[in-house]
Amino acid sequence: MAEVTTDARGLVKRRLGLRLWLSGGWLLILTLAAVFAPLLSPHDPLSQDLLGGRIPPMFFHGADPAYPLGTDSLGRDVLARLLYGGRIALIVALVAGLATCVIGSTLGLIAGYFRGWPDMVISRLIDIWMAFPPVLFAILLIAVIGPGLTSIILAIVVIDWTRFARVVRAEAMAQGAMDYVASAQVAGRTRVGTMLAEILPNVLPTVIALLTLEMGIAVIVEAILSFVNLSISTDDPTWGGMISEGRTSVYQAWWVLVFPLVCLFLTVLSFSQLGEGLKDRFDPVLR
Amino acid sequence: MTDRPFLDIEHLTARLKGSGTPLLRSVDLAVPAGSVHGLVGESGAGKSMIGKAILGILPRSVEVATGAIRLDGTDLQSLPSAERRTRVGALTALIPQDPLTALNPSRRIGPQITDRLVDILRWDRARATDRARQLLDEVQLPDPDRILRSYPHELSGGQRQRILIAAAFAAEPRLIIADEPTTALDVTVQKQILRLIREMQERHGTAMLFVTHDLGVVSKVCQSLSVLYAGKIVESARVEDFFRAPAHAYSRALLAASPRYTDPDGSLMPVPEEVMQAVRAEVAAFDEGRAANV
Amino acid sequence: MSNPPSDVLYEVEHLHLSLPDLTRKPLLGPAPRIHILNDLSFKIRRGEVMGIVGGSGSGKSTLGRALVRLLEPTGGHVRFDGTDITHLGEGELRPLRRRFQMIFQDPMSSLNPRRTVGAIIEAPLGLHGFDDLAKRAAEALDQVGLPRAFARRYPHELSGGQRQRVGIARAIAMRPDFILADEIVSGLDVSSQAQVLNLLEGLVKDLGLTLAFISHDLSVIRRLCQRILVLHRGVIVEEARSDQLFAAPQADYTKELLAAIPLPDLDQVWA
Repeated sequence: MAEVTTDARGLVKRRLGLRLWLSGGWLLILTLAAVFAPLLSPHDPLSQDLLGGRIPPMFFHGADPAYPLGTDSLGRDVLARLLYGGRIALIVALVAGLATCVIGSTLGLIAGYFRGWPDMVISRLIDIWMAFPPVLFAILLIAVIGPGLTSIILAIVVIDWTRFARVVRAEAMAQGAMDYVASAQVAGRTRVGTMLAEILPNVLPTVIALLTLEMGIAVIVEAILSFVNLSISTDDPTWGGMISEGRTSVYQAWWVLVFPLVCLFLTVLSFSQLGEGLKDRFDPVLR
Repeated sequence: MTDRPFLDIEHLTARLKGSGTPLLRSVDLAVPAGSVHGLVGESGAGKSMIGKAILGILPRSVEVATGAIRLDGTDLQSLPSAERRTRVGALTALIPQDPLTALNPSRRIGPQITDRLVDILRWDRARATDRARQLLDEVQLPDPDRILRSYPHELSGGQRQRILIAAAFAAEPRLIIADEPTTALDVTVQKQILRLIREMQERHGTAMLFVTHDLGVVSKVCQSLSVLYAGKIVESARVEDFFRAPAHAYSRALLAASPRYTDPDGSLMPVPEEVMQAVRAEVAAFDEGRAANV
Repeated sequence: MSNPPSDVLYEVEHLHLSLPDLTRKPLLGPAPRIHILNDLSFKIRRGEVMGIVGGSGSGKSTLGRALVRLLEPTGGHVRFDGTDITHLGEGELRPLRRRFQMIFQDPMSSLNPRRTVGAIIEAPLGLHGFDDLAKRAAEALDQVGLPRAFARRYPHELSGGQRQRVGIARAIAMRPDFILADEIVSGLDVSSQAQVLNLLEGLVKDLGLTLAFISHDLSVIRRLCQRILVLHRGVIVEEARSDQLFAAPQADYTKELLAAIPLPDLDQVWA
């Protein structure tokens, strides 16, 4: 006989998957495109053809099938530049995102679970760190170290680790008060063991959501920095750089601005939705 | 003085939207004016659901399929929502279960009591504060001015529950829904609070729907009661009749399962499986009957 | 050579426990102490079921946690089976922890929501070097009357009574000598309460357990416990055999507790 139930919570249905498919789909395309850029790209992104400048993209009057997305003012292929720019974006997203996440979450976890001295030290560190204006911090750092991919990644980590640390600390504190943590202690687990085996899995959904958010932020930060020419120093294309260049010729060649902008938008959106989608799909508590 | 009960719930049926899973199965419940009626059932039986249906705060996933909820003769279901809210606000009040979470931790006590008087009854703040002071006195809290200025975390659980009781009586409601008001309290504090609730109810002549899972409490506070299982009323009776000879097997089993320290063997009898099966069969038969009629 | 097994499992002498009141800590210097337990002395015999009763603020939970060394006493001694565990470090306590376990009050928060029931029961077993974890976990589920298939479920897929039984299974899986049950039926309805108490009674007999049962409700304690400790504001106000306590309570507070209980009985003089 069916169990009579009056608990409405357990019966709420969740629309699994759609978010995950769309965001994961875009990011997969992006990843493949970035990895196989040399194979996919019809032209060298740096090669200029001053006579072939500002060719419109496909289906527009005056387009050239050899340049599906058109060319910029210097005759460089927009598609090729998008692909190679995507590489930079992804590298920054992954490396900076993961590094910020790992450093910030670890410190937050330790502070939130152990409390006492570690918490005092780490919390003060966070407070002091957050007092620095982030943009100036980044510019200072890059001025000192010099422009380049490593600098950008370092700058993002240095600025944003506190985001993770604060949130994870609060979560760890909340979880640490739960009885299942006391139960682990009674069972004889070491404190470090408890932190990793009991608290971490319960903090992980938040961390993952933040991580994907951070990846999106990293992409934007890189775009902003390259927009103001503080990013990588070579001529390698970046989406931010393309947007910057495209700005000046927006009336004559709008595609130079629009395509990288769209890519940027889709990428950042996908990252943020990916986090939510992963939580929906994999968190046992929500199923 | 009419014979009509102040709260009259008739054939109330509620279910989950979408799946149509029944949550309340044709509930009939009557609370005479000025009287205390107990609503007894185990967790998940739907006791809170009935209270929420009356107050109009059912979760969004739940819908009322049929039935009437009459307050002083008027069916709340038939009113437009704004008018329903006003009427419910003026006529009813809630004593919630958990004194810890029922008060806003970032506001002082004073405004939390007077808000209802100022917003719904349109009193001015000074008159409302006087009334709040008077109520705090009535619930036997010393130094009312200090309490009005305090934050919830500065007070004990028992004090907070007294404040919630004061707040419930503030606008002189005609019906109070007491949702397990002493479940979270120590047994000695519970006795004081139950005494207080009874005194205030008698003094103000308020009708009360007293939701609880504790039959011991029912025997001390209520004049009549209804037993709920899986959203279906299994028995309704006057308290004297019920405790001397409950009519339904499930009621008898619940009574037997209530621990009594006076019994040297201690009574640790869970509801027997046959009784559970019989009452589940009743519920299933009810569901089939409805399905056939649809 | 170790002492022959005595019949006293726990010996508590002049136990004091105070915690710093961090909300009143001055800028320089230590915070003032809140004295939760004051000079408690009692014994728990092997195989005994001891009830610890008191209102909120009585210190009963703190006493329980001191017995299983979740908290460290600030004075006095706690001896478990002859060993003084009062100030042992975690390293020395760990091997002993196999022998005293705890069941918690809130079935919602005492089980890790992101682990399966099976993993929850197996975790302590793994820590203490048992093998055939799955088999022991399955047996524990049998003993508490839950189907073995529940091992694959998550806590939120079980009812409150079922979760509480998982907590019991986790505690008994290691065959401890002693179990502390901290208000384990307080959140349950009457029928689940009776089931859990009956289950515990059976397990005490079958497994030869010694049990300390903390509750604020004297009604549930009568049949389960042989001796009862009544705590009020961190002090033992009465210690007596169960039937004596109910028949002839000595302390005023005990009388107050008994008088406050509303029995489902119209003839009770209660007002």
